[in-house]
Amino acid sequence: MLIKEEVQHIADLARIELTNQETEKYQEQLGHILDYMEKLKEVDIASVTVSDSGTNDLENIWREDAIKTQDAINNSQENETNLIDMAPSVENRQVKVKSVF
Amino acid sequence: MIKELHQKLINKEISAVELTRDYLARAEAKNSELNAFITIVSDSALRQAVAVDRKIKNNEEISLIAGLPCSIKDVIMTEGIRTTAASKILENYIASYDATSVGKIKNAKAVILGKNNCDEFAMGGSNENSGFGPVKNPLDLERVPGGSSGGSAVSVAADLAVYALGTDTGGSVRQPAAFCGVVGLKPTYGAVSRHGLIAMASSLDQIGPLTKNIEDAKIIFDIIKGKDKFDSTSQEFPISNQPTGRTGFQFPINFKKLKIGIPKEYFVKGIDTEVESAVREVIKKAEALGAEIVEVSLPYTEYALAVYYIIQPAEASANLARFDGIRYGKRAEATENLIEVYKKTRAEFLGEEVKRRIMLGTYTLSAGYFDAYYKKANAVRKLIKQDFTNVFESVDLLITPTTPTSAFKLGEKTSDPLTMYLEDIFTVPINLAGLPAMSMPAGQTKSGLPIGVQLIAPWFGEDVLFEVGEELERVIRNM
Repeated sequence: MLIKEEVQHIADLARIELTNQETEKYQEQLGHILDYMEKLKEVDIASVTVSDSGTNDLENIWREDAIKTQDAINNSQENETNLIDMAPSVENRQVKVKSVF
Repeated sequence: MIKELHQKLINKEISAVELTRDYLARAEAKNSELNAFITIVSDSALRQAVAVDRKIKNNEEISLIAGLPCSIKDVIMTEGIRTTAASKILENYIASYDATSVGKIKNAKAVILGKNNCDEFAMGGSNENSGFGPVKNPLDLERVPGGSSGGSAVSVAADLAVYALGTDTGGSVRQPAAFCGVVGLKPTYGAVSRHGLIAMASSLDQIGPLTKNIEDAKIIFDIIKGKDKFDSTSQEFPISNQPTGRTGFQFPINFKKLKIGIPKEYFVKGIDTEVESAVREVIKKAEALGAEIVEVSLPYTEYALAVYYIIQPAEASANLARFDGIRYGKRAEATENLIEVYKKTRAEFLGEEVKRRIMLGTYTLSAGYFDAYYKKANAVRKLIKQDFTNVFESVDLLITPTTPTSAFKLGEKTSDPLTMYLEDIFTVPINLAGLPAMSMPAGQTKSGLPIGVQLIAPWFGEDVLFEVGEELERVIRNM
């Protein structure tokens, strides 16, 4: 079971503001779900080496350090504009944000 | 269905524009009732159709899917078309590039009708978590279509699209396919590029087709599969058409040499009797075709759901950190500083289930809990995968139900998230192991609701699913 302060702490870490009502609701629901996870305590994992995330074995892939053609640069500039235009607030091709403090 | 329509196009019995108009008319007329589409793009669809008609007129060769109308789940990026992930936070977001899978069908001159409704960020099993309202099951409007690719399954079932691209993280293609009576394929992890898929849980997500029949699923899969330099987890098939697993396996499949495993852990208390008997009937048909049926055991199955609901929210909590109101999407008003922008934006525009999973993932990844939850879950995930490696040394394929029940009523499971999660019990182990699996129709309940049977093959054994599935499809149709 989670206490209310724990739910608040998780919400802070997750950068989500919660109302009191939501905090209570998530307290109950998350507690319920986490109780279900207790099931895993039964499993003996002494023989398992956890080095991967369960996906197929992969090797690191390196990108070639090559010079881009003018076409690729033009394309990426157009793409850049499209990307910047998607920000909620833009000034002089820069994404505008609130002050940190 | 794809081959028939293709034949009609090249025989000039129908034009791509006529076909597109026909599907658009139905999609638009039915959308107020079914809510299968978030965005319909009639103009660009018709432009794509015109281009195909020109090719046909000039007697140019066209691909099997050229000119055929399809729809795309709204978590998959489509350049220049609004891509919302069914979330209010991306309500006005226009994708600036195509997902690789979308690029591939576009190269084959597909006609894209629009973007399908789904659960927000693909989180859900009923399509009730969409920021754009629930999708309805065309066979019974009071019931859910399944999720999260609900709108995609409905589009295919109700003839609003010839085929659709969905995504499957824990059953999100297969379960709605089962609930709507269509075919849904979840490919091997790495078989289809995830580039341009709005990531939910990166080690589990796969893009897969929803189609009317198995032949169509194979056609779409063959187009979208393959290695992609933009997705480092994508892979070429190791040996052409050769799955891993039991040695000596050969195409074309001879049922008399086929060994099918029935995992006893998938026929347990709580499974609907009508679903169970329909699946048992399919197994009998496979036996009648000459296959050897053996009971097998996957002992770690009972832990799969707990493992899944640790790993998936953990990965999702990291992947969804980018939705913070800074670079794209909506931003909350009336904020004092940067941290308030994050918190209020996410509070205002993310839905309840998404918040729940982000918090669950944040908790299991947080200091002090990481070992007990995330690390433990990854270890058990390995044991689950090992279960499958073991059984595929002695059998070629597994048959199970896709879901424990047929489509449930809207609102029936929304009050208790854990009850909803239990819906995924037969589909999540496959994603945890990275295996390919397909749901195909296996008859109906007495009240006329579709039942799905799930075929599971060894890694890269998609062709086993298609070949065995097509044989079974023939006999099931005559059931």
